[in-house]
Amino acid sequence: MSLPFLLEIGTEEIPDWMIIPALNNLQDMFQAMLDQHVLGGRVTGTDATPRRLVLGAEGLLERQADVEELVLGPPKSVGAGAAAGFAKKMGTTPDQLGTQSTAKGEYFAFTKRTQGQATGAVLARELPNLILKIQWPKTMVWNGKGTERFIRPIRWLVALLRDQVVPFEIGGVKSGNTTRGHRVLGKPSIPVTIQNFDEQLRTNGVILSAAERRGRIESGISAWRAKPDPDLMHTLVYITEFPTPILGSFDRSYLDLPHEVLITVMRHHQKYFSVEDADGKLAPHFIAVMNTNADAEGLVRHGNERVLRARFNDARFFWDVDQKKRLEDRLEDLKNVTFQAKLGSYYDKTLRIEKLVVDANAKRAAVLCKCDLTTDMVKEFTDLQGIVGGLYARAQGEPEEVSRAIYDHYKPLSMEDEIPTTTGGRILSLADKWDTLVECFKVGMIPSGSRDPFALRRAAQGIVRIVVEGKMKFDFPGMSPELSEFMRDRVEYYFRDVRGFAYDEVRACMATGWTDLIDLEGRLKRVQVVRTTPDFEPIAASFKRIKNILKQAQFSDSTFYANLLEPGPELDLYEEMRGTQGQPLESRIGPLRPKVDLFFDKVLVNAPDANIRRNRLALLQSLLTEFSDVADFSEIVTERQS
Amino acid sequence: MSGVLTFQETVLRLKQYWSERGCIIQEPYDVEVGAGTMAPETFLRVLGPDPYRVAYVQPSRRPADGRYGDNPNRLYKHQQLQVILKPAPADVIDLYLGSLKAIGIDLGMHDVKFEEDNWEAPTLGAWGIGWQVMLDGLEISQFTYFQQCGGFELDLVPAELTYGLERIVAFLQNVDSVYDIEWTRGVEYRSVRHREEYEFSKYNFELADIGMLWQLFDLHEKECQRLLKMPDALLPAYDQVLKCSHVFNLLDSRGAISVTERVRVIGRVRKLAVGVATAWMELQGAVA
Repeated sequence: MSLPFLLEIGTEEIPDWMIIPALNNLQDMFQAMLDQHVLGGRVTGTDATPRRLVLGAEGLLERQADVEELVLGPPKSVGAGAAAGFAKKMGTTPDQLGTQSTAKGEYFAFTKRTQGQATGAVLARELPNLILKIQWPKTMVWNGKGTERFIRPIRWLVALLRDQVVPFEIGGVKSGNTTRGHRVLGKPSIPVTIQNFDEQLRTNGVILSAAERRGRIESGISAWRAKPDPDLMHTLVYITEFPTPILGSFDRSYLDLPHEVLITVMRHHQKYFSVEDADGKLAPHFIAVMNTNADAEGLVRHGNERVLRARFNDARFFWDVDQKKRLEDRLEDLKNVTFQAKLGSYYDKTLRIEKLVVDANAKRAAVLCKCDLTTDMVKEFTDLQGIVGGLYARAQGEPEEVSRAIYDHYKPLSMEDEIPTTTGGRILSLADKWDTLVECFKVGMIPSGSRDPFALRRAAQGIVRIVVEGKMKFDFPGMSPELSEFMRDRVEYYFRDVRGFAYDEVRACMATGWTDLIDLEGRLKRVQVVRTTPDFEPIAASFKRIKNILKQAQFSDSTFYANLLEPGPELDLYEEMRGTQGQPLESRIGPLRPKVDLFFDKVLVNAPDANIRRNRLALLQSLLTEFSDVADFSEIVTERQS
Repeated sequence: MSGVLTFQETVLRLKQYWSERGCIIQEPYDVEVGAGTMAPETFLRVLGPDPYRVAYVQPSRRPADGRYGDNPNRLYKHQQLQVILKPAPADVIDLYLGSLKAIGIDLGMHDVKFEEDNWEAPTLGAWGIGWQVMLDGLEISQFTYFQQCGGFELDLVPAELTYGLERIVAFLQNVDSVYDIEWTRGVEYRSVRHREEYEFSKYNFELADIGMLWQLFDLHEKECQRLLKMPDALLPAYDQVLKCSHVFNLLDSRGAISVTERVRVIGRVRKLAVGVATAWMELQGAVA
């Protein structure tokens, strides 16, 4: 008979962003435990709210199968004493022993039977450790020093195998068949079965299914033109047990404030969706998602409107106060803002960035770009660094090119984010990020494994994207060997994983040189095209062969003498090379291939005459060099791999 | 305004509520602090193996937050109601929600959320795990399970509940400015505190004598170090830590602390705080 199983770990509110990884981890560990103990069954699903992690499984055996194992004892020839010892060890008597003949002779043997354990007993033994092994970014103790750790205190446990409680205990909490409802809408103690679990929760104000909670929010806001925001939606789904959206409003006069500020306040501080009007412009409304079923008297809407008003008033206050001191007058104040303990202040950083850029507008933008760090607006809304500086620069009459550059200079903030829109913004962003990388590497702050506290990988990725997608000239000034290796990895990652070039094409093209990214991109595109032509792979294989021959001969000279070339395939190859010199790779490969093939077919590179041999090697080296300005073709993986 | 509690009624109700749940009701500590956590009733009592329950209002001074009485929501000095339940009982969140009902909040008509917000005080060598409690989008409390204090892992894990009283009462009374809060019938918060906010903002940002503050810092630090070498003087020594901390905050609001100094000065205060915590633990035989 196969049994269903249900586990609910009841906790205090778990941070929303940790829930999905924890559920996946729980599912993997639980399935591995079923498999390891041969309990049959498979996990059918997991789900969660902020206060509960739930796992369901089906098809568990009632008990493990009994196991029979034949154990060999001492050779029969050693006699009764040894047999008695073996029998004792097996927990039996000598008359129960059998014999087994092997290649080495007759041995005492015993068929040991291990009775399978009841599934419930195995689960009861395994679950406490399994639950406490769930991985979290940060854990706590709640029962005192040295006690069990979890993300938040565990307050109840439901563990049912069909209709039986699987008994265990974690930190003084005993498992049972009693769950808890929503803090306000539900009862504090609810007996459940596997069959009625979801329904009982629903009756008590808890929608267990995250998908259903999401659906409830989506349908609730469908009439209101919410600005789509998948990350915020995810958060709201996982900070509520019974989400209900409500629409609130604010005074139109606040729309005079920069919309970036309004949206940041709504989104990051209040977890509200912002709302657009029919023209896609910001409307004086917001959507809050409550963790309850209704706002019968409008008190929740009223309260949220009041909070938002106060926040917007703060923002207006900050804007007005900040205007009293111009950005350029804040430069001195940057001496008191730490960039990084070992690397000094943002004032120092500003001077370095300024040196990295050339034209007048870029220099002006560089001087001003960090000054917004001393404004009240950025101290309050740190996500708006750069943006606020750009808005203030514009308000204070700086040229558009300068204010726009400041506005954009933290971009791109992620792989999905766009690069700065103007050339000035791209230059400033490059200078800022490159300075961070060079300086951090100088003092040994180098990312390793998952440790990258200064987000240097993101900065490097930003640089690669800006240069390539923005078609910028950038030559990686002052790059140390460590930084060169680091950047090389980011470039390879970008072209391979982000742009989707084949790994061997990326390697082949980078082997020829990678610090001119525009040129590299151009070569990659050419190789990608030429690779599909029928002559390419054979040529690549030939190049690999040439490289091997030269390597074995330890030869790298490319000066050869045409008068020493033998008429026939050797001279033909040379003439083909010379005749097509200067033509693009794409048109050279086709005619070259048969000549190369014939050369290897008919000509002995390793000629008896030392001069001839040397001349042939030099011819090959010259051929290799000539074709390597696009890519090192020997890096291309071919079917004719030798 | 009948039915809606005044500022002082709210305070009295909360004290009554926590008194009925076994808390000692303390009066505010009379040395300047930046938060209720810094009062010895929290900082020292959470250390060591003895259970403790206490509640008190703590006027908390944050010089840099002053706004000359102009900003409706920001204050140089605000009132915190601080509750310590050591060890935290299993129903601590229910107890907290009960306190909201006690001050007239019908939870069935409102939206309560617990949002991740861990707490850390580098100058005290203290940190904890917890939430900010949101009521209809307003942060009304900080809820923390203390994990470490004075650099020590805690034997019993206390729950610290901190209520921002001005915010909560402004919410209950439905006013947009804390200065419009009714403190008691017929008396507004403005008439009780506005002048204080104005004058102290002026002092903190403009008038405080920087040279003198640095001298004070050194003097209080020396006195603390001297006391820490003596028997039976750790509570006076802790007062000196608090003085240093407040002077540091004043220097900060005067813009007198540079990048490199900042880290160093925090380190100096922290060293004193850890010294007092260590002495306190020794007193209780908790440290060999």
